[in-house]
Amino acid sequence: MGGTPAGPVCQDDHDFALWEKRVDALMVLCGNTGLFTVDGLRRALEDMGEEAFETMSYYERWIAAINQNLLESGTYSIEELGARMEEVARRGPTYGEAQDG
Amino acid sequence: MPHDHLSPSGHPYRKDDDHPLTYWQTMEIAVRELLVEKGVLTPAQITAQIETMDARSPANGAAVVARAWVDPDFKARLLQDASAASREMGFDIGPLHLIAVENTKEIHNLIVCTLCSCYPRNLLGLPPDWYKTRAYRSRAVREPRKVLEEFGLSLSKETQIRVHDSTADMRYIVLPARPDGTDNLSEADLAALVTRDSMIGTGLPKQP
Repeated sequence: MGGTPAGPVCQDDHDFALWEKRVDALMVLCGNTGLFTVDGLRRALEDMGEEAFETMSYYERWIAAINQNLLESGTYSIEELGARMEEVARRGPTYGEAQDG
Repeated sequence: MPHDHLSPSGHPYRKDDDHPLTYWQTMEIAVRELLVEKGVLTPAQITAQIETMDARSPANGAAVVARAWVDPDFKARLLQDASAASREMGFDIGPLHLIAVENTKEIHNLIVCTLCSCYPRNLLGLPPDWYKTRAYRSRAVREPRKVLEEFGLSLSKETQIRVHDSTADMRYIVLPARPDGTDNLSEADLAALVTRDSMIGTGLPKQP
């Protein structure tokens, strides 16, 4: 990425949403437990390819990469994840309603 | 954003709470709950980590910079080992290897992470959005002078620009030059002049 041509730097900034802060916290804490490292995060991010940088936000890429590492470490299975995501989605239409099981 | 979407109490709804749930938010909730159920993390740990990050802000870095401006011995220690010098001031910056690079009349330093978003987050808090953009990461190493101009910082041609590429284990912070005409200011007043961007290198400290 360093040195490749690119357009102007967009200087907009935003306050982090709660779900983004939680993703950040999960990464730091999983790193502390030794489940995976920041190198594991970065590998998963780079495996996503160029398109992910165009279509996903920063913490969207992070949660995808964290999940990839947790699946690989066997912390939970893809079936468990799928079932839980379906259950979460049924709780309500907004993050506020779905966030607590 | 206009506050035209108010809760019954008259306050704006939290941005993350009043939009339709996204796929990735759903994943965050599911992953967090599974980590708790599997006994990997506790909800209290997650809350505490968020509070710890929220408490970190550029003000911490500004205090370190101001101390270096008034205390030559501290400045020497900061340039020797910025992690240890920051801890000396009571800032818990974890295992981070922090390196301070000094701006002078001849040299201007700029920090970037071309690989992702490594940033002195344990001292300054989370990085601004633009620091994480492809545009900044790509161009800071290729045409730093032009990038700085977009940030409103025009350096003379004689000033040498040094760009420092951060890694997961090694983070940089810029020690900006003390503005002229600040001889009579207290350490606290000096700290108020130190902006986040001046510690990244995309800005200069405020003038008194």
